[in-house]
Formats: sequence, structure tokens, C-alpha cells
Amino acid sequence: MNLRKLGELKKGMRGLIKRIDDSSSEFSRRLLEMGLIEGSTVEIVHEAPFGGDPIALRVRGSLVALRRNEANRIEVEV
Amino acid sequence: MTLRVALAGNPNCGKTALFNALTGSRQKVANYPGVTVERKEGSVKTASGLTISVLDLPGTYSLDAHTPDEAIARDVILGKLSTEAPPRILVVVADVTNLERNLGLLLELKSLGKPVVLVLNMMDLAIRRGIDVDVQALSKELGVTVIPTVAVKRTGIPELLQHLEKEFHAPAEEVIVREWKKSSPDDVRARFAEVDRILKKCTRKVGQPEIWTDKIDHVVLHPVYGTTLLLGVLALMFQAIFTWAKIPQEWIQEGLGWLGAAVGTHMPDGALKSLLADGIISGVGAVLVFLPQILLLFLFILFLEDSGYMSRAAFLMDRLMGKVGLNGRAFIPLLSSYACAIPGIMATRTIENKRDRMTTILVAPLTTCSARLPVYSLLIAAFIPNTSVLGFLKLQGLVMLGLYLGGIIAALVMAVIFKKTLFKGAKPQLLMELPTYKWPSLRGITLGLLERSKLFVRRAGTVILSLSVILWFLASYPHAPEGATEPAIRYSYAGKIGGAIEPFLKPLGFDWRISVALIPGFAAREVMVGALATVYAVEAKESETAAALGPILAKNWSLATALSLLVWYILACQCLSTLAVTRRETNSWRWPIFMLVYMTTLAYVASFVTYRLALWAGWG
Repeated sequence: MNLRKLGELKKGMRGLIKRIDDSSSEFSRRLLEMGLIEGSTVEIVHEAPFGGDPIALRVRGSLVALRRNEANRIEVEV
Repeated sequence: MTLRVALAGNPNCGKTALFNALTGSRQKVANYPGVTVERKEGSVKTASGLTISVLDLPGTYSLDAHTPDEAIARDVILGKLSTEAPPRILVVVADVTNLERNLGLLLELKSLGKPVVLVLNMMDLAIRRGIDVDVQALSKELGVTVIPTVAVKRTGIPELLQHLEKEFHAPAEEVIVREWKKSSPDDVRARFAEVDRILKKCTRKVGQPEIWTDKIDHVVLHPVYGTTLLLGVLALMFQAIFTWAKIPQEWIQEGLGWLGAAVGTHMPDGALKSLLADGIISGVGAVLVFLPQILLLFLFILFLEDSGYMSRAAFLMDRLMGKVGLNGRAFIPLLSSYACAIPGIMATRTIENKRDRMTTILVAPLTTCSARLPVYSLLIAAFIPNTSVLGFLKLQGLVMLGLYLGGIIAALVMAVIFKKTLFKGAKPQLLMELPTYKWPSLRGITLGLLERSKLFVRRAGTVILSLSVILWFLASYPHAPEGATEPAIRYSYAGKIGGAIEPFLKPLGFDWRISVALIPGFAAREVMVGALATVYAVEAKESETAAALGPILAKNWSLATALSLLVWYILACQCLSTLAVTRRETNSWRWPIFMLVYMTTLAYVASFVTYRLALWAGWG
């Protein structure tokens, strides 16, 4: 068990969301509303071709795309 | 008696399908006053004669509005919009296969204290996947009526109407509407915790995960297959717009030709006949001819959007678009602009970030729309020798390709510049849902296409009609004096204006004839071909105009002038409809004026440089 930034995970990896940085900022609130909250399980399901960025995550029953840079706001337990 | 209800729900929950199932074609689409958010309202009459007016609110994840669309949804729900009477009942639509996230909004709305009913949509998909939700238990836990539906098949619609009617006739309960306050991050967390608690109690079977979407995505998002598929889709779109559309376009042209001929033979000569034939029929006709292309483009866009592919295309293109400071969502609007900037600009509505959206709108008219094609063909055929390059490439084709590339390069460069200056801000972010793939419903696509064509035809019938009349007047009056030696247009107001602007255009190599032709060409690019024909007094049928005009231009213009005009055509903003749609989409005159000024400046400078370089090369 170790803590990693979500944006560093490779395709096929899963984790449990532990913390969201700066959770009152506009973007982080948006993440929360889309179900990226502490305690939810996330899985990296797809990576875009050419560089693997952005990524698509499965979380709370939906598929959400975001860039790795922004995914790094989320800390997960792998 | 009318009952007002509003549909609210997460994006992709099937809310629009429910709206279509409820109201059918009794829909009105307009904008909310002062903003560019689309307002969709429809009505339905129940068996007992009650009229229910249904407002389809923009999709939203919560009341914490992040986009103008979401702000409208929030303001209508809270009754804060002065132009909109607050709905009496909120119908919250949730995708039953994704309650984990969809129920968050319901809990937030319920906490307002307004009457709420929950519609569990897409029950058929839930059954197929073996998801089993105890509807009664859910209703009890949530404290609201729950109605299962399959909107695309109209299942559950009668029950929903019955419930709304019952609610309407029920003695008015004392409704305590609580003050809404922005929820804190902890409120959001608490809401999802509550959703988890309720779902644990009410879910009898979790069911299978959706496997098709995953399977399709493994191909669609694959580096090789996915990219190939995207290119294939784009190629098909272009094929459709440039070749399939030709047939109906010819019908429209023939119809207009017939109409013009009918006017020509049956009306006495005079101002009215000239106005009808030369002004209205040819002016409005020049625009109506694009209707098939626009409809085909929208057919593609609606299909890609409704099936769920569009966000995949944005996902694939995000990295590339990110290089010029935009996000993947700007890709489709820019691509659509190759057919016509008007649907392209309308398609920017899917871009959430306002700065990204404005940048996309401003650069969209730089991509090579189909209206430039007639002018390009004419000038290339007249001035570029069709010699072979490297043995197998034709120079004319290469120049055409160069003109297309010139447009996209200009658009991308300007996007970078705008993002670094006018719309400076945080790095653009990407956060979007990739919805489950769905087979688009025929009904949804038909209604969407009807809506688009109505918008387009209405504009052709108002803005463009009046402009055509004005242009006709400028080009026809005053008449040429007796014994005039030059073409009649030289003596008209248009001719005078052309003469007045000639000194400004001279440095670009344009004489008074080109200047005069540019005036109607300003309203719509392709009209310039006809205008040049008038100026050079070419007597030929429309279809033969280009063929007859080419040699005349080749004799009268230098290569430098032709090249300069081509560059002008890549960059100049010569389309009143684009300016009109920009005005509508940005809700201000500032942006269309800015667009006109920046594009004209760009065109002027580039044409000037081209002309000088060509003279220097000895092509004068």
C-alpha cells in the first residue's frame, strides 16, 4: 500500500481516493461533483494515444476524462 | 390551466429524450434573454385537458454552476430569473444505471423544499445488465415519488403525466422553500455518502458492468485503430459535405433558376422585377444553396454527439489542440468550419470554458469554408499552369492544398495569439464525461435537424434577405447615363464606393473592378464570382460564368494581383452571416466587430506582403 498521485498511474491501475488538493478551488469542486471523492475507487481505463495524456478514469459508475496534470491533484492509495 | 414543470438532471441522463417523448414536436427553441444558453420549452396536454408546459433545463451535476448553462439551470430552479416564472414541480431525471452519481443532484434539489419527482430513466438498459433497484424502497428512502421510464420507447410517460396531474390537483401544501447556499466540499462529500447509504439499502442486484462501451472504447481509443477510425469519420464527413450535398444543391439551384426565369418571363421589366430576380432570388438563393451542406454536417454532428463518439474524438484530439492552448472540444467546431463557419460557431456551445469558446469562435472563420471554393477554383484555373510537379503531382492541386493549409495555419497561429493575449488565464483544463455508447434515436436526430434548419432558414429569410435588397439597390442605382461606355455598375453607388476604396486597395494590386466586386463579396464570399462577371460584363449562364470569366481575368490581371487576392480570400472576413451568428452566440456587437477588424487587418497585411513579393519576383 502506498500513496501515489493519480496522474502518475498507468493504464489498468486502480486506487482508492485518499485526498483531493485544494478542495475548495473551482476545479476540485468540479471533481467532487463528478464523484471523485475520498473513498471512491478509481481505475485508469484508457490513455490517449501519443504520450498517454489525457486519461480516462472509471469512478462511481461513470467514465471521466482529464489530463494527467490535473489528475495529480488527487492522491490515491494503490 | 397550465402546470409548469422543469426537467433537471446530469448531462447524458436521457433528459432530452424524455423531453422529446413528453412534448414531441410541440417544442420551442430560443435563447434565454441576454445569454446564449438555449431555452427549450414544450407542452403536452393530458387526457383530462390539463396543459403541462415543460422546460428542459441544461444538464448539470449540481447547483454550483460552473458554466453559463448551469447558471441558468440553477437560476430557473431557484426562481431567480426574472423572465422565467419558477416551475411548480421539478422533474429530476436520473440514469438508473448510474445512480451512484446521478442521485447527488436529486438530494441537493430535494433539500430546497420544492416538490420534486424522480424519473429513473433507461430502465431497459438496467434490466439488460441485471441491475435491480427496489423502486418502492428508493421512493421511501428519498421521500419522493419515483417513476421508472424508458424515454426513447415512451415507457412510463403516461405514469409520469398522471403523477404530475395528481400533484397539480392536490391541495396546495405549505411549501417551505429553503434558502439555497453554495455547498461546501464537505456538503458534496456528505451527499455522496448519503447516496451510498440509500443505494446499499435499495439495490437488490448490482448487475453486470456495461461491457459494450468498454469493448468499443478499446478500439475507438486505440492508438492505431482509434486514430484510423477518426480519420475515416472525418473523411466520410468531408465526402458527404462536398459530394453527396451536390445533388440536393443542384435541385435548389435549378429550382431557383426556374423561379428566376419565371419572374423574368412573366413580369414586366422594371425595378420590381430586377429587385426580385437580381436582388432577392439570387441573394437569398446564394445562401439557401448551402442548406444541404449544413444539414448533412449537423446530421453527422448530432449522430456523433448522441452516440457518445464526440467526446471520444475530443479525448483523442486533446493533446494536439492543447498545443495551441485549446482543449479537445474545440476540434469538432473547427472541423465543421471547413464546410461553413456558421454551424462551426454554433457547435462551440459544447466548449465549457468561456475563454476557449471565444478563441474558437474568433478563429473558426479562418478555416477554409466551402464558400471560398468557387473563388479558389476560378483563380487557380485562370492563373496557375497545370504543370506536373515531381512527376505525379499537379501544380493546381498543390496550390489548392496550400490555400487550405494556409487557412488552418492562420487559425492555429491566431488561437495561440488570442490565448496569450485576450483570453489569457489559467491553463485550459479538461474534465468531461465519456458517456456510455448509445444508438441515437431517429426521433432525437430528426427533431435536432428540424431545429437547425429552422434557425438557418429564418436567418436567410430575415438578415440575408434585407442585405440582399440593400446590395441590389447599391449595385443598381443610379442607372448608367445615356450613351455610357463603361459597365452600368460603374455608375451605381456600389461603383462609387468601389472607386472610393480603390486607393486603399491599390497597394494590394486591386483595381476599381476588384474593389467593386469585393463589396457584394463582403456579404458572402462566393457572390464575388458573379459580381466580377457583372463588372466585366460577361454574358453567360451561371454555370458557364467561371469558364468564360477565367480567360478574361487572365488577360486583365497580373499573377501578382491574383496571388494577392487569393491570400485576401484566405484571411478576410467576408461573410455577413458569420458576423451575425457571432453576434448571436456572443450576445454582443463587440466580438463580431473585433472579428471583422482583426481579420481584415490580417488580410490586408498578408495580401500587401504577397503582392510586393510577387512584384519583386517579376510576376507583375
